[in-house]
Amino acid sequence: MTLETTVQPQAEEDNAVRPAPAPVADPTPSRTGASKLTEIIVVTSGKGGVGKTTTSASLASGLARRGKKVAVLDFDIGLRNLDLIMGCERRVVYDFVNVIQGDCTLKQALIKDKRLDSLFILAASQTRDKDALNVEGVRRVLDELIADGFDYIVCDSPAGIEKGAHLAMYYADRAIVVVNPEVSSVRDSDRILGLLSSKTYRAEKGESKVKEHLLLTRYSPRRVGTGEMMSVDDVKEILGIDVIGVIPESPDVLSASNAGTPVILAGESEVADAYEDAVKRLLGEDLPLRFLQEPKRGLLARMFGG
Amino acid sequence: MDLLALFRRKAPTANLAKERLRIIVAQERSNRSGPDYLPLLRRELFEVIKKYVNVDPDAIHVNLGKEEGQDVLELSVALPGAKSA
Repeated sequence: MTLETTVQPQAEEDNAVRPAPAPVADPTPSRTGASKLTEIIVVTSGKGGVGKTTTSASLASGLARRGKKVAVLDFDIGLRNLDLIMGCERRVVYDFVNVIQGDCTLKQALIKDKRLDSLFILAASQTRDKDALNVEGVRRVLDELIADGFDYIVCDSPAGIEKGAHLAMYYADRAIVVVNPEVSSVRDSDRILGLLSSKTYRAEKGESKVKEHLLLTRYSPRRVGTGEMMSVDDVKEILGIDVIGVIPESPDVLSASNAGTPVILAGESEVADAYEDAVKRLLGEDLPLRFLQEPKRGLLARMFGG
Repeated sequence: MDLLALFRRKAPTANLAKERLRIIVAQERSNRSGPDYLPLLRRELFEVIKKYVNVDPDAIHVNLGKEEGQDVLELSVALPGAKSA
């Protein structure tokens, strides 16, 4: 599979942007010689239901829309879900475990997105055998994606801290920790941060740290305003790492998942804009956080719940 | 009576969440930085001490520190007041 050098303006932009990676220069970015251009990003959280898959789908789509070649991998063995959120559930023929067990090639298992030419999905297996995924198998798949010239590999982690979550983060260069401004989610995120700094390849080999970012979801500026919900600054202060995005609570997330469209691609919305900002920050742009204030509503709108 | 509740604001609880998290996260981080056996050691010590004295789990502090180049395992148990002794 070769990188399709289409004549879209995006492709040119891609070339223009690529020499300048994230401003946090990393002196030793590669595990293998060929991996310099590929960044492996894990989307993780510890707690379930906070928006990992929604985030993986939107970040991967956002990067692909900016001309990057992106693979998004579902590590939730037994509970396949990314395919539904990406809207490709009926096109799954082979899955992650099939590739690892040699039932098919990686090319056969990668599902090409119908909306974006440079976006590919690898579905999770529905087997109940938790050992079907292993470190060597994951390494082989990642190496093949790297050799294929992918710019980004987004690993959608399962909830928990078991094997699937461990494998999803193991080879990561960067981690996006998805967190709700809520006590159990914040505590679990801290646990995940501990694992990122001890149980990853980079940690074990003493390489430079996995870059960590927080992404807050289901954020309600109104409730933060009334003191019912912790603010971005509160969460940031407790966990002590930088924030790459704040996604407001919105019914648009459910609508997009109902339709099988990553919310970032599902038309104009604050959520889509907030994810787009996060994508830009991933690419190294320095943007202020948006949607932290409750939009001003008129008296009529407030009375009639508009 | 409950009509009044409609006009009353809900108590702001975000600060409470933040304070609780600050404490538990700090505690869990200090456990994490020590050797893996510390939490288990703490739990087992608690089981043993409980056989003799009715102590609260919070009353047991196990700390690994450094003193003059040596690792020192520090154990402190706050015993309950005279009435239960």
